[in-house]
Amino acid sequence: MTNTASSPPAAAPADAPLVVAGRTLSSRLIIGTGKYASYEQNARALEASGAEMITVAMRRVNLSNPSQPRLVDFIDPGQYIFLPNTAGCFTGEDAVRTLRLAREAGGWSLVKLEVLSDPKHLYPDMAETLRATDMLVKEGFDVMVYCSDDPVYARKLEAAGACAIMPLGAPIGSGLGIQNPVNIRLIIEAASVPVIVDAGVGTASDAAIAMELGCDGVLMNTAIAEAKDPVRMARAMKHAVLAGREAYLAGRMPKKMYADPSSPLGGLI
Amino acid sequence: MAMITVQLNGEARPLPAGLTLTGLLETLELDPRKVAVERNLEIAPRGQYGQIAIADGDRLEIVHFVGGG
Repeated sequence: MTNTASSPPAAAPADAPLVVAGRTLSSRLIIGTGKYASYEQNARALEASGAEMITVAMRRVNLSNPSQPRLVDFIDPGQYIFLPNTAGCFTGEDAVRTLRLAREAGGWSLVKLEVLSDPKHLYPDMAETLRATDMLVKEGFDVMVYCSDDPVYARKLEAAGACAIMPLGAPIGSGLGIQNPVNIRLIIEAASVPVIVDAGVGTASDAAIAMELGCDGVLMNTAIAEAKDPVRMARAMKHAVLAGREAYLAGRMPKKMYADPSSPLGGLI
Repeated sequence: MAMITVQLNGEARPLPAGLTLTGLLETLELDPRKVAVERNLEIAPRGQYGQIAIADGDRLEIVHFVGGG
């Protein structure tokens, strides 16, 4: 008797985790904390998403109501990586001032830079973004940079010391999906720091497309916060990012112009 | 008691003279571990709140983390 049972197939090689500025992240999904109905709902969506890093903003404390709910009472900075942003800053000086406060509040130097221009489209002002990146790097910050999907500027940001390049997929909060996959791919091919699509994702397939292009991660806020069921959408995004990453690593089949049967043509009765 | 006036989060506010940042945060019922303070555009290091005396005309900003994208 011969034992024809083969040994179990070798497991696919494990994917190396996402590392940003020396920090290893357990998830390639990063989520924002704006626009939720409550911090309590935000915390539940975060748990469902599996994300380890969240973006946060710095704002004045409401002194007339010291008992208002606080983000840190719902999401523990000891458990999650807080990534302070510069939302609302229009110059490098504004960004540096905001992030100095964030560094003092949190005690860490990993930050998200966004220097916007026109409120209508919230497109980044890239000349000012590049200048602000340079200023922040010189102050010792680890800077993840929200940027346009311009491969030339992406290269300049990396040269200035950005620790992650974060091109938009579509305008912030638009949910339009990845509008320019060609540029995203060009940025990925040229970068030696992580490339994370930041903004534009509307639903799970958009996140999967970003990951299939070879992005190292996806950052989103509105797609989860403004879904009818944010907790469920957070879970969908977790699966989409995992699926997209696996598909990228697996390598998709070539596209063909005509059909190709899946069942053998020989042996037909 | 002698009083001073500061700009606190953009609004004029009378305070008793001689208050430190620690005293101010206590008055405002704010947990110093959950905020950051800027005084006249300079970061106030958290470890020095007890030594930083607030002066008349100071511009103070007290900020914290809120939800954002």
